[in-house]
Amino acid sequence: MTEAAVNNGVNVAALLEAREVLRGAPEAAQFKWRASCKWQNGTHSKTTIRNFFGLGQEQSHKSEFHFEADHPEIFASEDLGATPVELVLAGLASCLTAGVAAVAQNRGIQLRSVQAELEGSMDIQGILGIDGDVRNGYDDIKVTFKIDADASQADIEALVAQSQKRSAVYDIITNPTDVAVDVQKV
Amino acid sequence: MAMPEVIEFIAQYATEIDAPVRTKTAAVSVERLDDGYRVMTDGGAIECRRLVIATGACNVPVVPRVRDGLPSSLSSMTPFDYRNPDDLPDGGVLVVGASATGVQLADEIHRSGRPVVLSVGEHVRLPRTYRGHDVLWWMDASGVWNERYDQIDDLTRARSLPSPQLVGTPEHSTLDLNVLQDNGVELVGRLSTVRDGRALFSGGLRNQFALADLKMNRLLGTFDEWAEATAVEASPVERFDPTRAPKSPRLSLDLGSGEIRTVVWATGFRPDYSWLDVDVVDRKGRLEHDGGVVASPGMYVIGLPVLRRRKSTFIHGAEDDAREIVDHLARSLS
Repeated sequence: MTEAAVNNGVNVAALLEAREVLRGAPEAAQFKWRASCKWQNGTHSKTTIRNFFGLGQEQSHKSEFHFEADHPEIFASEDLGATPVELVLAGLASCLTAGVAAVAQNRGIQLRSVQAELEGSMDIQGILGIDGDVRNGYDDIKVTFKIDADASQADIEALVAQSQKRSAVYDIITNPTDVAVDVQKV
Repeated sequence: MAMPEVIEFIAQYATEIDAPVRTKTAAVSVERLDDGYRVMTDGGAIECRRLVIATGACNVPVVPRVRDGLPSSLSSMTPFDYRNPDDLPDGGVLVVGASATGVQLADEIHRSGRPVVLSVGEHVRLPRTYRGHDVLWWMDASGVWNERYDQIDDLTRARSLPSPQLVGTPEHSTLDLNVLQDNGVELVGRLSTVRDGRALFSGGLRNQFALADLKMNRLLGTFDEWAEATAVEASPVERFDPTRAPKSPRLSLDLGSGEIRTVVWATGFRPDYSWLDVDVVDRKGRLEHDGGVVASPGMYVIGLPVLRRRKSTFIHGAEDDAREIVDHLARSLS
């Protein structure tokens, strides 16, 4: 088998085994992902990610992760972090990239380099309330993958297509999600 | 074959095998006996030692729950309700689903003069003819159609594939999403939900096109390899234009604006086993079987997608399945 020689650092056997186990135990497949965000000052905030729920119990990352967000100086902010909409691009990029690696491993394709460039177009007349007909979010997002791998152009295109098909963040961005926001006075 | 020819074919078949066919007799329930089954029909009970279910995979149209959110001013129908475009009110039509049924209905309704918006999710694109032969000839001759169920990697997926975008016409023409767009049908993404009277469509339309185009080209590549290996007579290798993405496909549509008057749900079908009082249906409503041998002694099924081969749901394709299932059945009786 040529697959044995391919190593993208993804343990596909474990993923496939997990898929089989969860097929028979759909309740264990119910996950909760969490983020905790604390306002710092101005538009600057700090989000902490540590715990999540899955496989029927509470789980923890190996360590705590922090993400700082702010707005750039042209918005009269201090620019102490990426903008939240840029973090959305980061989420999409990293989700699709992880998918490319996993699918490549499963298909026995050795990757040498994968680079994704993302660009989202936005008319900020929406968020500034200048024009009520303009939406707040991105009008469109363009992703360009540059991939060096032992595979044909068609096989590489198929990797990226399959990665989109199985991507959680791609789904979150391309389809509506019901969002409930509760407020507690403390 | 056109519809009258198919009917004639099956009628001749009944004469040929000379079995006691009971027409206009509905099976109402099936229950397990010690050695066999009792089938209750509206013409009395039949007891049998062996039972072959051949009721098909398309008994009930599947309609997504988002239907409940449609404004009541809209007319809503499934392919079971639809006969021809004249049954529809004047005005725009949203066809949901772009498999064989959806593309054909979108085309026919659009030709009646009604503006059509077609919501496209996962689909299987195929040209009607390829290198001078019908695409089904290629499927058959190259052996793709004979691929067995126990040799397919992801059988669950193979069994739930949407029906290919094929239409049977005297001209053998291809009806794909490019043809529909040329004719003026507007494409939008998969219908995600209806919220506050607005239909919201997925922004993943381009990837649906990419997946379908890649899979079609992979299949055509399989045909080409086979043609080269066997030196079969065929015209030169062809590749078709990629599916054209609309410049900025609409992501939402106000269903209360009057633009759309009818929604047609071409969102697939499922089998109905509500009459089957034997515990052989899984939580997803699928019959549990191994190549047509159902998980209850003496019970068989035929005519489901990829039952034993990729061609299992075609009249000609079921023939090999039938032979093997009858062999199994006969052995079990001897």
